[in-house]
Amino acid sequence: MSKSVLRGLRAAALTGTLVLGSTLAQAAENPIKLGVLEDQSGDFAAATIGKVHAIELAAEEINKAGGIMGRPLELVPYDTQSDNTRYQEFMRRVLQRDKVDVVFAGFSSASREAYRPIVDQFNGFAFYNNQYEGGVCDGHMIVTGAVPEQQFSTLIPYMMEKYGKNVYTLAADYNFGQISAEWVRKIVKENGGKMAGEEFIPLGVSQFSQSIQNIQKAKPDFVVTLLVGTAQASYYEQAASANVNLPMASSVNVGQGYEHKRFKPPSLKDMYVTTNYIEEIDSPKSKAFYAKFKAKFPSEPYVNQEAENSYLAVYLYKQMVERAKSTKREDIRKVIAMGDVCMDAPEGKVCIDPKSQHMSHTIYLAKVGADHSISFPKTWEDIKPYWLGEAGCDLTKKDPMAQYTPSNPPPKP
Amino acid sequence: MDIATHVFSALYQFGDAFAFLVLSACGLAVIFGMMGVINLAHGEFIMCGAYVTAATAHAGLPLPLGILAGTVVSALVGVLVELAVIRHLYDRPLDTIVATWGLSLIATQGTLIMVGSTMAGVGTPFGSFQVGDYSYSIYRIVLFCAALGVLAGLYALFNWTRFGVLARATIQVPHMAAALGVDTRLIYSLTFACGAGLAGLAGGLYAPTMTLVPTMGATFIMEAFVTVVIGGADVFLGTAPAGGLLAIVKSGMTSWQGQLFGQIGLLVAVIIVVRVLPKGISGFVLRERT
Repeated sequence: MSKSVLRGLRAAALTGTLVLGSTLAQAAENPIKLGVLEDQSGDFAAATIGKVHAIELAAEEINKAGGIMGRPLELVPYDTQSDNTRYQEFMRRVLQRDKVDVVFAGFSSASREAYRPIVDQFNGFAFYNNQYEGGVCDGHMIVTGAVPEQQFSTLIPYMMEKYGKNVYTLAADYNFGQISAEWVRKIVKENGGKMAGEEFIPLGVSQFSQSIQNIQKAKPDFVVTLLVGTAQASYYEQAASANVNLPMASSVNVGQGYEHKRFKPPSLKDMYVTTNYIEEIDSPKSKAFYAKFKAKFPSEPYVNQEAENSYLAVYLYKQMVERAKSTKREDIRKVIAMGDVCMDAPEGKVCIDPKSQHMSHTIYLAKVGADHSISFPKTWEDIKPYWLGEAGCDLTKKDPMAQYTPSNPPPKP
Repeated sequence: MDIATHVFSALYQFGDAFAFLVLSACGLAVIFGMMGVINLAHGEFIMCGAYVTAATAHAGLPLPLGILAGTVVSALVGVLVELAVIRHLYDRPLDTIVATWGLSLIATQGTLIMVGSTMAGVGTPFGSFQVGDYSYSIYRIVLFCAALGVLAGLYALFNWTRFGVLARATIQVPHMAAALGVDTRLIYSLTFACGAGLAGLAGGLYAPTMTLVPTMGATFIMEAFVTVVIGGADVFLGTAPAGGLLAIVKSGMTSWQGQLFGQIGLLVAVIIVVRVLPKGISGFVLRERT
């Protein structure tokens, strides 16, 4: 073969790739960009890596089925390292440099409150796919996680009826734990019980001997554990080895940190958790979701509630964009205001509440047995995130971009 | 509730805090207090010990052997780290901060990538016992005894053995020791390995009681550093009284006002001690003696 022929072939090959490249580029023209800011390392990683995987799964499914309005969904992920300042840095980056259409961000409430002003400032649009202490009334945010009126209004009365009215709260010492403890206090009081005690634990603390003794001294009927992060999860092992033997109730454990899988039985015996999803839920939809998840990520240690929240959030976003025929936040919020943005999620039917932009959920009461198997003594269907709306937050009329609590409700008009 | 119950509970809490401080700190007392290497990867040696202990326990080895395996593996990793990195930085103590910090990041992230975000726990052995209205974990008493044992062992090692004398000589006046025929490089390696092994031992001992995650070392590091800083250069005369003093402050404040005030009290005590005794408690004790 002569040199000129070779050169010709090479040129043909080159143009071939160029043509192929340009058609690909045309197909990928103008993708919808979704920023993913989640903790893939650090103290919260155990609970949040699954969220990233769930978003990847949903994006893959959506792209295989033709994308959103024919446009592919492109993920722009950053590892926020369980560090609030990283959230601020990366939130600025995805909004200013990457110019994403929407951001899915945040695990801890501290991180959410760190990035939320930046979303507001740069007029972004963010989903917080996590259960939390409730009260965020901000038109730039959609919250797909469960809130206290969904998790505590169901859980605490159940526990008080079953075990007694003396309640002890052991909570992580930051905005989530403090505000959640305020909710517990309020609900316990409304139901005629009393707080035997409360202790707030700084994040990162792993030694609980003294706290265990304080609990034994207070003699509660059950303990509400609102412990966050992997270090604080050491409480269960230490309480079990000291034979505390009290029933526990939680809105965060098991459903997020799958402590029943990580610790040796029976350290989580008699733990009751209200969650909108965990992999043990035995319904056809849940099983199908779990099977898809495991097929793509076989080594995933657990499919938790935040993974499901993140997965369904991608589909909700798709639905809203397609109905609004736009990725602009104002157009999408007009669709939300219609009040019928719903979907059949793995947990059951969920809908976005236009007033608060929070979501209704099926709430499952999960009980951990002595062998760490899960049973579901009770299920509440279609529990609405009613508190913000009743308290006076109405995002269809006014956007205060603020967080409220029972002791600091929205101002009355 | 009678007075004996209160006394026992206070003693138990003191012992628990003491064990945590001493076991976290003893490896660092050798590497930082004695050798002067600011080892920010101390927590990751602890994590290494805990992971090896849990892995061998899952594989069917009895827990004490698992803890021993964790200690040995950490010591071997310590030898490798000393040979590859630390050896070249003895004259540049500030650079060891950067080097060991880098090592710590590599170890944490490497473990996350290779082993995953969590590891299943092994469960605390021995059960519990009851005194008055309170029930206590027996394993916590074992930890306290282990802390005392480690302190006694360190005292014996550095004062009564040939290796201990050579190690102290090498670290105090390396040129003189070398002139007298001591293989100072070997002594440095062995001393560093001893510190790393002690960190691994702490990890192995605490592995059954804690969450096993790549970042678990971080929960030890603050207590370890403050104990060594106020303890000063002598491993035994520093760590033991420093651990005792801080344990009293920490357990007292925690039982009075909760965990947050326990931490605040601990740090305030450290600030006061460092201000009053700049050479640490052992510096004070040794000056009094001479």
